[in-house]
Amino acid sequence: MSAGPDTAPSPGPILRVDHLSMRFGGLVAVADLSFTARRGDITALIGPNGAGKTTVFNCITGFYKPSAGRIRLEHPDGSAYLLERLLNFRVSKVARVARTFQNIRLFAGMTVLENLVVAQHNALMKASGFTFAGLIGLKVYRDAERTALDKARYWLDRTGLLPRADDSAGALAYGEQRRLEIARAMCTDPVLLCLDEPAAGLNARESAELNALLQFIRREHAISILLIEHDMSVVMEISDHIVVLDYGVKIADGTPEAIRNDPKVIAAYLGVEDDEIEIAEAEAGL
Amino acid sequence: MTVPNEAATSIRTPHLLIALKDATLSGFVAFGLFFFLIGLRSEQGSTGALEISTRFQTLALLVAAVFAGTFLRTLAFGRGPIPIAGAVPASVTDFLASAGRFAAPALLIFALLVPVLFYQNRYLLDLGILVLTYVMLGWGLNIVVGLAGLLDLGYVAFYAVGAYSYALLATHFQLSFWICLPLAGILAAFWGILLGFPVLRLRGDYLAIVTLAFGEIIRLVLLNWQSLTGGPNGISSIPRPSFFGLPFTEAEGSFASTFGLEYSATHRVVFLFYLILALALLTNWVTIRLRRLPIGRAWEAMREDEIACRSLGINTTTTKLTAFAIGAMFAGFAGSFFATRQGFISPESFTFGESALVLAIVVLGGMGSQLGVAIAALVMLGGFELFREFQLYRMLVFGGAMVLIMVWRPRGLVSTREPSLRLDDGKAAAQDAK
Repeated sequence: MSAGPDTAPSPGPILRVDHLSMRFGGLVAVADLSFTARRGDITALIGPNGAGKTTVFNCITGFYKPSAGRIRLEHPDGSAYLLERLLNFRVSKVARVARTFQNIRLFAGMTVLENLVVAQHNALMKASGFTFAGLIGLKVYRDAERTALDKARYWLDRTGLLPRADDSAGALAYGEQRRLEIARAMCTDPVLLCLDEPAAGLNARESAELNALLQFIRREHAISILLIEHDMSVVMEISDHIVVLDYGVKIADGTPEAIRNDPKVIAAYLGVEDDEIEIAEAEAGL
Repeated sequence: MTVPNEAATSIRTPHLLIALKDATLSGFVAFGLFFFLIGLRSEQGSTGALEISTRFQTLALLVAAVFAGTFLRTLAFGRGPIPIAGAVPASVTDFLASAGRFAAPALLIFALLVPVLFYQNRYLLDLGILVLTYVMLGWGLNIVVGLAGLLDLGYVAFYAVGAYSYALLATHFQLSFWICLPLAGILAAFWGILLGFPVLRLRGDYLAIVTLAFGEIIRLVLLNWQSLTGGPNGISSIPRPSFFGLPFTEAEGSFASTFGLEYSATHRVVFLFYLILALALLTNWVTIRLRRLPIGRAWEAMREDEIACRSLGINTTTTKLTAFAIGAMFAGFAGSFFATRQGFISPESFTFGESALVLAIVVLGGMGSQLGVAIAALVMLGGFELFREFQLYRMLVFGGAMVLIMVWRPRGLVSTREPSLRLDDGKAAAQDAK
């Protein structure tokens, strides 16, 4: 299950997070976190509520500027980007890191298709000669728009949303909205896809479909995925590598099998009996 | 037989009680509110000192009206909202929907024919020019408010910049209208960007307050910079427009003599009418085109969710600034038209009331809807004129109408949004061809 994709001859790290810290005033949300995500892998970031998972995501995707640390992204062509220096929209535009959100953020008043075309903004903007060529209707732009539509159609087909293409995104069912958000992220042509709880609120069948979709994306498009998830059926089945956070500190890092049996992880998730605290603390090295 | 009757009364009685209770409560609130506002009145007495006079009769009448109104309303509809949706029959809404398809071409043809139909009626032509000016302003503001979702309460500032740009350039440098028009647009766009920078991080109410202040700043600068703008006296004898170099006068070489027509003052009015119609249609055309381009889709996406935009690599800074700049540019065009039409401008024409009127047109028309804005401008300014004879009650009727429209159609007169592109555009046709 967790065998790496056969398309990656050198499974070096695509993302290397070094000594990442994020403080909000006196609150330390993430403390000295280091981990790597290998190219072509599905890396899961798990931990109890409030562990700082989404903060790590926000640091990686340019929404927060980390207090300290380095986040290095390496593209397949060998070029590298330091994400902590690229802020805001540039992380997506330049470094090509796409993300989805824990609480779905679609353009609810626009149609499903428009959502996917907006995601290709930068490519279309260039083709439209920063609006001027598009305004007078040059062929260059019309061709670019057709290409964008084809890509949108491809992802609509993949996520089973093709029949809903011209409906407004806000009218979709919850599971469909989740899939649309992933499709929209894929339309930005990312090298790294960051998914914040993609299975939240999905039923068992939808979770299974999500697993299939993520594995398809990884297999066919050679895209690495970084994932925050609480649904263990998703995490254990599709991840190649799991990083466990608790109170902003990494407490474990390894394959799903190793994580499943890690006493520290079990303690963090399930808690321990009162008389076992000392034993557990000793094991955890606290 | 008596049992159901009793049951019926026992259901009705609480209704009556509730209605009485609500009506008493509303009566008390009305009394509290109106006691000082209407019941008491300070007047200058015979000695020149202020004296308090009372108007308890009017007060009692108002409170009674509120009491009776609440009582009847609760009795008829209960405490819930009045079922207004049912009040408009489905056939009416269906008719409106189907009429919408023909409304735009019909309105356009009508607008083109107005000078022909009403050639003799100077008053109607002037009203048409006024309405079209506001249609253009509404369409311009629609880019900022309707598409980009940036609530701008200081739109009139750019209208003023356009008007003063033309007035100053034309009176000091004798530049013609056709050179000043683009210059006024560029200057207004420049000020739009200047306003855009400090408000980049603001949204919603905060943005509205800052833009409101910006509008006032521009007006106060115009009012106080006497040496340049003439202060409250404004700028007069602004050159009137010419027909591509041919002035509308009786002299030799004028429009009338060149085309062998008898001189008539109406020529100029008709020319102005077609000029503002062309400018408004230009605004409309550009807006419709932009909506189908990436920049327009980015505006709408930004209105829906700015954070999601950033996650897709859209530069929200430039997206906002372009919305401000393009919206302001059209206000600048409209402003220079206003200056050349009036021949005289002063800061009095650019008060907050104008911004509010244009914003009301956009909101009532349906944010983002081109047709809705045009209809709203027509209804609002036409309505103003209709009620001119009832000067005293004009604003009252007007406010009431606005409340009703917002209750009936909370998203504006035309609230349906046409997608900027569809999946089957052309593609289906291409497959049919095969």
